[in-house]
Amino acid sequence: MKYHVEARNVVKRFGPTVALDGAGIAIAPGETHALVGRNGAGKSTLVSILTGLQRQDEGEVLFAGEAAPALADRDAWRQRVACVYQKSTIIPALTVAENLFLNRQTGRGPINWRRLRARAREVLATYEVDVDAEALTGDLGVEQRQLLEIARALSFGARFIILDEPTARLDGPAIDRLFARMRALREQGVTMMYISHHLDEVYEICQSVTVFRDARHVLTRPVAGFPHDELVSAMTGEAGRRPAAYESRARTPAGRVVLSGARLSLAGRYRDVDISVRSGEVVGLAGSGSSGKVRLAETLVGLRRADSGTVTVNGTRVRPGDVPSALRAGLGFVPEDRHHEGFVPLLSVAENATIPIAHKLGRFGTVSPARRRARALRMIEDLHIKTEGPEQPVGDLSGGNAQKVVFARALVDDPSALVVINPTAGVDVRARQALLGAVEEAVERGAGAVLVSDELDDLRICDRVLVMFHGRVVRDVPRGWTDHELVAVMEGIRQ
Amino acid sequence: MTTLTAPTPRVRLARFRDLTLVPVIVILLVVGAFLDPIFLTPGNLTNVLQQQASISLLVLAEALILISGKFDLSLESTVGMAPAIAVMLVVPASAGGFGIGLPGALVIPFCLLVGAAIGAFNGFLIIKFQLSAFIVTLAMLIIVHGLQLGPTEGKTLFQLPDSILYLGSAVWLGLPAAVWIAGALFAAGIAGLAYFRVGRSMYAIGGNTDAARAAGIRVDRVLWGVFILGGTLAALAGVLETGRLGAIGSNQGVGWIFMVFAAAVIGGVSMDGGKGTILGALTGVLVIGLVQNLLTLKGVSGFWQPVVYGGIILIALMISRIAGGKAQD
Repeated sequence: MKYHVEARNVVKRFGPTVALDGAGIAIAPGETHALVGRNGAGKSTLVSILTGLQRQDEGEVLFAGEAAPALADRDAWRQRVACVYQKSTIIPALTVAENLFLNRQTGRGPINWRRLRARAREVLATYEVDVDAEALTGDLGVEQRQLLEIARALSFGARFIILDEPTARLDGPAIDRLFARMRALREQGVTMMYISHHLDEVYEICQSVTVFRDARHVLTRPVAGFPHDELVSAMTGEAGRRPAAYESRARTPAGRVVLSGARLSLAGRYRDVDISVRSGEVVGLAGSGSSGKVRLAETLVGLRRADSGTVTVNGTRVRPGDVPSALRAGLGFVPEDRHHEGFVPLLSVAENATIPIAHKLGRFGTVSPARRRARALRMIEDLHIKTEGPEQPVGDLSGGNAQKVVFARALVDDPSALVVINPTAGVDVRARQALLGAVEEAVERGAGAVLVSDELDDLRICDRVLVMFHGRVVRDVPRGWTDHELVAVMEGIRQ
Repeated sequence: MTTLTAPTPRVRLARFRDLTLVPVIVILLVVGAFLDPIFLTPGNLTNVLQQQASISLLVLAEALILISGKFDLSLESTVGMAPAIAVMLVVPASAGGFGIGLPGALVIPFCLLVGAAIGAFNGFLIIKFQLSAFIVTLAMLIIVHGLQLGPTEGKTLFQLPDSILYLGSAVWLGLPAAVWIAGALFAAGIAGLAYFRVGRSMYAIGGNTDAARAAGIRVDRVLWGVFILGGTLAALAGVLETGRLGAIGSNQGVGWIFMVFAAAVIGGVSMDGGKGTILGALTGVLVIGLVQNLLTLKGVSGFWQPVVYGGIILIALMISRIAGGKAQD
């Protein structure tokens, strides 16, 4: 038995689209194997085939050398493979105990809740998950829910776990804790397949890596000694170029302040924050998940209302907690969760991108479709949005392109102040560059930008980074920092 | 693990969440007692329960369907149509029947079968054909009512077999049989949803269908079963109503569905699925029943009663919103 899990020559079609075209993966027992590729490379399809949610059209899947069980035999699948999906499979209205034993609360007959809770506590203790078995999962944080999913997955006795972008919604310390846990599992001999857009994580936690591109398998290598550049070019298919290292541009901020907040406080989130952004300047906001950086940025754009303090956009004092007033004053923003606040999935690219300027596209409340289309075409070209045309619904676009539409909406009215929150979450390398480039271009046109990000690499484009710790701005770090320095401040190691 | 030792308060709180309407019921009883001396007598309260027995079965059915994340408007039409068709199968043509002359003892099984068939057809369109539950059951609401009006030509059926009248009119141990039946079914519903895998799987499906499927729940089968059960309960509600009134009018059940939804929702059942309990739905029915009774006793004009019902629904919603704390969906 050489491989713990093997997929050979797998073909999967969805109508006319080929999601996997003779792709495969082979994972040795006890290793943590990364699967990387750009959006649409076929990673998610492979996950659903390896977990038995879909059957491949051609090819075979082997577990420890034996053919995969029938699709209907869920129990057999769950003993072989466990998966922490990208989308949470925790049901918020149910308790922790019930989520752990979903659909296996009892063998036959009525459920004995007391026993179920006891069993749940056992599982939680075994996998060292520190949550109350009787808590509603809806009240848990992202990290705890994820740990719950891992514990549930392992409690079926599977020795192979798939982790599909587990770090996408976690902050720095939570990611470290997850990795510590993964290492412990590996020492116990658990085999893992790890999917992530963050190549640093691949280098940190995995032993080998498989690259998929355009539904095909490109290469499988040990991670140790595999150059970062080569990995990136295998993903993008562009040898020779180094798209990963984004060259940020030099610029001199002008004197005019375009966005400022004075003595802003929000109970439990941040206290007494002063921030001012000049025209032609990118100011980064960094900090851990509990630092209050996202809430602060949301206050600047009016999504939240501060308990005290004022926000001034372009010289106008905006009404607290009022997005339209901020937009009128000349602000554009990219919200944290694009699915939630970023776009309307059923509406077209053109409509989504032009919502803030609808009043300028026609008279007396009408919207001229021709002008809207023209404007949208320009945005599509500027931002390199990959779409069939301005009429395509945004819901059909890939993550990176949908995010570009959100950017288009933020930039459509040539804002003088731009607030961008976690713009590169869940987008691939190339889209990430286009998005950061869009921020820089807006700033070159004279805007001032605030960039909130969990990604240190994103913050490289900033002229200075304000580091927040427990609701306070603790340091104003000028350009030229090293990762180590910045992380140390974010973790509150040095004041 | 020491961190897991203090979980009890949480459970109590969760249990109270189902009972946010209990104070409302208490207030209604107290206010009612002051307003009218007859109100708080056993006879009157029994009367309230009997009047609510059949609509409560509809609330039970709707709560099950809503918790599973679906929707059924057609239940109210089944209340009139199922017993009407069942009766027409057994009574002679002179009494408005089809003249087939099947045995009268079979009228209740026929009725339940018709209800189950309507539920199964709804389920087929919604689950297998993947149509929107709202529109499918809206169409079925119209069609099923039409299937009562067509054969009866809009006439009321008076000559009914004794078997269909029995359940709605009999008295067992001092309480109407209908109340016992509704009580037993609610008890079964409460236990089924709290203590059995199939009941829990309904919460899972309503809460997150994909997660339920990934956990190995046979989502389609459970949903189909819920629709069939819902149709059957609606038919049984029709039997009880027929027995109570002694005839089947052409508008039996018409307009009930609004009250049914109101009762379920003020009782804490979420329109988005996955949330709520049968006990909560029961308190919703009781609130509406008590208000109805109080209005009738005080002689409030039937033309003005809808305003009061609507107002009560809104007030109950506000109370449960304040008690529950979270924004409603």
